[in-house]
Amino acid sequence: MDIHEYQAKEILGRFGVPTPCGGLAWSPEQVAYQVRQIKEGPFVVKAQVHSGGRGEAGGVKVCKTDEEAHLYAKNLFGMELRTKQTGARGKDVYRVWVEEATDIAKEMYLGFVLDRKSERIMIVASKEGGVEIEQLAEEQPDTLIRMVIDPAVGLVDYQARELAFALGLSGPQIGQMITVLKACHSAYSELDATMVEINPLVITGAGDLLALDAKMSFDKNALYRRPEILALRDSSQEDPREAVASDNGLAYVGLNGDIGCIINGAGLAMATMDMIKLSGGEPANFLDIGGGASPDRVCQAFRTVLSDQNVSVILVNIFAGINRCDWIAEGIVQAYEQLDLKIPVVARLSGTNENEGRNILRMSGLEIKTAETLAEAAELAVAVRTIA
Amino acid sequence: MAILIDENTKVIVQGISGRIGQFHTQEMIEAGTKVVGGVTPGKGGTTVLNRPIYNTVRDAVENTGAEASLLFVPPPFAADAMMEAADAGIKTCVCVADGIPAQDMMRVKRFLRRYPRERKMQLIGPNCAGVISPDRGFMGIMPPAIYMRGNVGIVGRSGTLGYEAASQMKTLGIGISTSVGIGGDPIIGSSFRDILELFEIDSETDAVMMIGEIGGPQEAEAATYVKEQMNKPVIAFIAGLSAPKGRQMGHAGAIISAFGESAQEKVEILQEVGITVAPNPSAMGVTVDEVLKRHSITKLN
Repeated sequence: MDIHEYQAKEILGRFGVPTPCGGLAWSPEQVAYQVRQIKEGPFVVKAQVHSGGRGEAGGVKVCKTDEEAHLYAKNLFGMELRTKQTGARGKDVYRVWVEEATDIAKEMYLGFVLDRKSERIMIVASKEGGVEIEQLAEEQPDTLIRMVIDPAVGLVDYQARELAFALGLSGPQIGQMITVLKACHSAYSELDATMVEINPLVITGAGDLLALDAKMSFDKNALYRRPEILALRDSSQEDPREAVASDNGLAYVGLNGDIGCIINGAGLAMATMDMIKLSGGEPANFLDIGGGASPDRVCQAFRTVLSDQNVSVILVNIFAGINRCDWIAEGIVQAYEQLDLKIPVVARLSGTNENEGRNILRMSGLEIKTAETLAEAAELAVAVRTIA
Repeated sequence: MAILIDENTKVIVQGISGRIGQFHTQEMIEAGTKVVGGVTPGKGGTTVLNRPIYNTVRDAVENTGAEASLLFVPPPFAADAMMEAADAGIKTCVCVADGIPAQDMMRVKRFLRRYPRERKMQLIGPNCAGVISPDRGFMGIMPPAIYMRGNVGIVGRSGTLGYEAASQMKTLGIGISTSVGIGGDPIIGSSFRDILELFEIDSETDAVMMIGEIGGPQEAEAATYVKEQMNKPVIAFIAGLSAPKGRQMGHAGAIISAFGESAQEKVEILQEVGITVAPNPSAMGVTVDEVLKRHSITKLN
C-alpha cells in the first residue's frame, strides 16, 4: 500500500528525519493560507498523487507569492496528473502540499528496500540524487552503495558511519546522516514498510541534511497490525476496479487486451495469459479468484471483468485443488442470470469435482463453450472473439 | 525415498482442530499419509480424527516421534508456529498460508540459522500448495488424484500451475517422484536450488520439471546450480511472458522490479545453461517427454 509524500514526511519526521516546514491544503484557498503560514518565500507547491515523476508532469512549482501559489493551485486541484509512472490513465489531484523552498547545495539518493537475494532489508544510497533510481542504476551504477541489514541486530552504528563517509559527508553531517539512517530503518521495520525512499536527500546551503521528498510503501499482509497506516489509505489513488476486486477477495490487474480472464492461482493465471498471447489474442486482465471460491465470488469476478468495456469474451480456466468445479459452474450460471451476459464464455474446468461442474454447465442450457485443456481453452477464446 | 515425504514419514498437523485443518488432514490420511497427531495449544489430551492432540510441538515430537509438520495456522501466528516446529526438532515443515508479513519471514529465516546444518529444519512455503509423493503421502492442499507415481520431480512456485504440469504428464504416462510447491511470496523457506539439490541426490528421481515465474532472483540462482553441480536433466517453464513491468501479479513475489526478473530474461538465463524450456504452458508435459527420450530415461509408473 502506498501513501502520499506529505504522509511519509510526517512519519519519517516523527522518527527523526529532518523535513522542510509545510502544510497540507484541500483547496486553492488553503494553499494560499498555508503559504502565508510560512514566513519567508519562495514556496514549493506540490501535487499529492501516488506516483513519482510529478515534477516533470507539471505537478510541482516554486512560487514567490501567495497569489502565484493560489493561481497555480486552481489549475492543480481536480487535474488528472499523468506522469511517466502512471501512464495514460493519470491520477487525480485532491491534496496539495505546500512547503518552504530549500537552498540546495547537493542532492543525494537514499532508499530502503526488501532485498530478495539476501532476504533482508537493504539500504541503497548514492551521491547522485534527484533522478529516479532506475535511471541511476542504468546510467551510473558505480555510484550506488548497497548495505544489507541483519534483522537480528538491526542497523549498527558502524554501518551508518561507513555509509556516511562513503557518500562523502563530513563534520556534523556524519552525525546527521546516522540519525537519518537509523530513523528510516526504525520506520521501515516498526511499521512493516516494504520501501522507504528519500529522493533527493539534500545538503542545504547551510550544510545540513534535509529530506526534500519522501515515499513509503507498506506490506499489505501486515496492515492488520498497523491500523495507523491503514488509516492513511487513499482510495482515490487506486484503480477503482482493482480496489473493488481486492475488497471482494480477488486479485485483479487491468490490462489492455479484450479477452477477460477468470482463473484460480496466480501462476496458472499468468500462464493462461501467456497462452492467450501465443494463440494470437490479448488478455484484458489478470484475475485470481483464490482458493475455496463460492459461486458468489465467481459471479463477482464476472462483474469485475465486465466492468472493462473492452472485454469481448470471458475465459474461465480452473484447475481445482481447494476450489470445487461445481461451485465455479454454479457461479458461472449465476453470472448469466444476474449480469445479462451478452458476450461468449469459454470454460475449462479440471480437478476437484470436475464432472459435477461440467454437468452443471451442460444442464444449464446456456451457450457456454467448454474446453478440455489449457491450449484448447485459449485457442477457443481467441477464435470466438474473432468471430464476434 | 522420493524427497521430503514418503509412506514412513511421521507427520503432525499444527492447527489440526480448525475446520480447514481437519478437512485437509482427513484428505491426507485417506491418501495414506502417516499422520500421527496434531497440535492445538489448550486442547492437549483430546483427539481429532482419532489422532492425539498436544499443547506444544515439543510434546507432540516427544510422544509420537514426528519428523514433519504441516501448518494450518492463520498468517498472524504462522511465523511463531514455524519457529516452534524448528526448535522442537521437526525436520520438514510445510506452511500453506498466504498473507504472512514479509518481516515475519525475515525473522524466521534468521532464526533458522541458529541450528547447525544437520539439525536445521527444511521449511517449505509459505503461500504454497505443499509437498506430495504420489501414492505415499502428502502435506498440503493439492488434489492427490491428479498425481501418478513415477520418476520425475516437480518444483514450482505456483500450486495450480504445478497441478497443470502433473496432469499433462499423467496423460503422457509420466509419473512423479515428488512434487514440491515452494510458494509465491518474496521470502520463502526453500528456494528452487534447495529443492533441486534434494532431487539430485534422490535415487528415485531421474529428471526435474521446474516451474518459475516473473520476479526475484531464484530461477537465475537455480540455473547456476544446474550448470555447475547438477547431472540430472532439468526442464523448465516460466510464467508471466505477458505480465507488465512493475505490476504485482497475484503472488506477492510476482513483480518485475529489476533486471533479469522478466519471464523472457529468465528463459534466456535457463537456456544458456542447457535447461530445456517449454515454449508454452500447454507444452510442459510434452517437453518433459522429449527430454526423457533424449536422455533415454524410462518412464516409471
